[in-house]
Amino acid sequence: MLAVDGVSKRFGGLMAVDSASLALEPGGIVGLIGPNGAGKTTLFSMISGFVPPSDGRIRFEGTDITAEEPHRRAQRGIGRTFQIVQPFAGLTVCENIAVGAYLRHAKRADATARAREVARRVGLGAELDRPAGGLTVAGRKRLELARALATEPKLLLLDEVLAGLNPSEIRDIIPVIRGIRDEGVTILMIEHVMQAVMNLCERVYVLAQGRMIAEGPPAAVCADPRVIEAYLGHGAAARLAAEGAAHG
Amino acid sequence: MTARDLIPIAVLTILAALLPLVVTSSPVLNFLVFMLIVALGAQGWNILGGFGGQFSFGHAAFFGTGAYVTAILQLRYGVNAWAGLVLATGAGAVVGWSIGYLSFRSGLRGSYFALVTLAFAEVFRILANAASFTGGAAGLLIKLDVSPANLQFADRAVFYWLVLALVAAVLLLTRWIQRSRFGAQLVAVRENEDAAKALGVDSLAVKLRAIALSGAVTALSGCLYAQYFLYIDANIAYGSWISVELLLAPIIGGVGTVFGPVVGALTLHGLGEVAKQFAGRIPGIDLIVFGGVLVLAVAFARGGILGLLERLRDRGRGMVARGTKEVSHAGR
Ligand SMILES: Nc1ncnc2c1ncn2[C@@H]1O[C@H](COP(=O)(O)OP(=O)(O)O)[C@@H](O)[C@H]1O
Ligand SMILES: [Mg+2]
Repeated sequence: MLAVDGVSKRFGGLMAVDSASLALEPGGIVGLIGPNGAGKTTLFSMISGFVPPSDGRIRFEGTDITAEEPHRRAQRGIGRTFQIVQPFAGLTVCENIAVGAYLRHAKRADATARAREVARRVGLGAELDRPAGGLTVAGRKRLELARALATEPKLLLLDEVLAGLNPSEIRDIIPVIRGIRDEGVTILMIEHVMQAVMNLCERVYVLAQGRMIAEGPPAAVCADPRVIEAYLGHGAAARLAAEGAAHG
Repeated sequence: MTARDLIPIAVLTILAALLPLVVTSSPVLNFLVFMLIVALGAQGWNILGGFGGQFSFGHAAFFGTGAYVTAILQLRYGVNAWAGLVLATGAGAVVGWSIGYLSFRSGLRGSYFALVTLAFAEVFRILANAASFTGGAAGLLIKLDVSPANLQFADRAVFYWLVLALVAAVLLLTRWIQRSRFGAQLVAVRENEDAAKALGVDSLAVKLRAIALSGAVTALSGCLYAQYFLYIDANIAYGSWISVELLLAPIIGGVGTVFGPVVGALTLHGLGEVAKQFAGRIPGIDLIVFGGVLVLAVAFARGGILGLLERLRDRGRGMVARGTKEVSHAGR
């Protein structure tokens, strides 16, 4: 469904993303993990059209979309959330979500009905008429998810929607994400909460310093020495193995 | 749109339409017509600036285009005034779209966009002042030929009703925008353009539609100005005075609201007239009043007069709600 092929992004002297590739089949939840500054958000921005790649190709459902504008990609069915939440602060929660719903429903009544439905689903049913600017962090994260969901995407890119939530809020939202997947939406999620990654993702990609260094089922990837080194520094994998042997 | 959306517009229009039956003095009617023409132009500004968040400092570019197009068509080509009205409105849309295309395509926003609109208005003013086609510095006089067919009426009240009907039509248009997908997308672009794009909003197309509509409405008001006073020159039609008025009225009345521009125009010109009555010998006293009202609005009423009223109402409701709570506490 999505094929990212050798995509790079250079910001001045910095290679934020360096020839990264990934491929998604329809259905399922795939994770994208990696240390801070690895280039995950930049990769999302290239897939959704906000940042033009310096190199490489992106295909969606067989069509080359590398040069397409963000709104065209949303129309094709690529929805995204922003890591740094971007609410329409002056509008109510319902109006925020309705902007997403208008993509597939031209009539106000239909778009509003759809917005209410989505709001209830992500747990914002009680906040519909509140100004979005007044929501808590958790509320704003839910709003990001709700708006993207209201566009009825085929592919949903979630950028750290669990960051800043407490454990009970995370427990609430995990079934929601699983429910979206069960409806047939393909999900690619950037996540730092490893418990959620283990819980939700069938497969994960690991990005470190702009390069895709590993890919596979979450448990296997987390045991991969290259991944451990990427997170904990050079030599960490060997040190951990040695410690493990000493304790054994 | 529901009955609740339409009734306030209908009621206010009918009340305003009854005014000439009570007030028959020509200076007062003159004032009302002029005030409504400004209100109409300000409604045009509000579509782009209020709903779209793209503040223009140069709406004179559209006002003047409307005025000159109708005047030139009538004088040089013998076009009927009613046809001139329609063509002037269309010309405003074209000029709006073109200025929008040039500035939005290159990603101009905020103060850069404001400055570019100001520059366009100034260039138009200088060109109109220089070219013989536009009458140069002498301006253009539309021939006095009173006849409804020429959009000139013996009775000032008729012109008042015409402008009022157009103001009402634009109130309806604005209400429709507020209730439509286009309006939701326009407001979304104002609030956060990137978020809007991520939700599939073609922000360039939305802004172009807004500036074309805005230009059309403001050009219509410029055309009515020319038609009422039957004289224009570059400093009137493309002068910065009108850019300022068209921007002040919505800001004072309530930016991005349906009634804001009308309330603002009425307030500004009402106060301006009062000041002239009391201190008519001080030149520019009405401008001083405008400045004072603007300072007050910016300092104390960010949402303009309508925003202030809404806050007072909410506070009133809050007090009522608290009151009932206390009563129920006391009851227990
Ligand atoms: N617009 C930008 N201009 C310059 N540098 C950027 C820009 N966006 C991101 N970067 C840099 O690119 C790197 C990757 O950032 P990002 O994609 O946000 O990482 P991640 O999401 O994995 O934490 C960082 O070093 C960041 O500072
Ligand atoms: Mg990030």
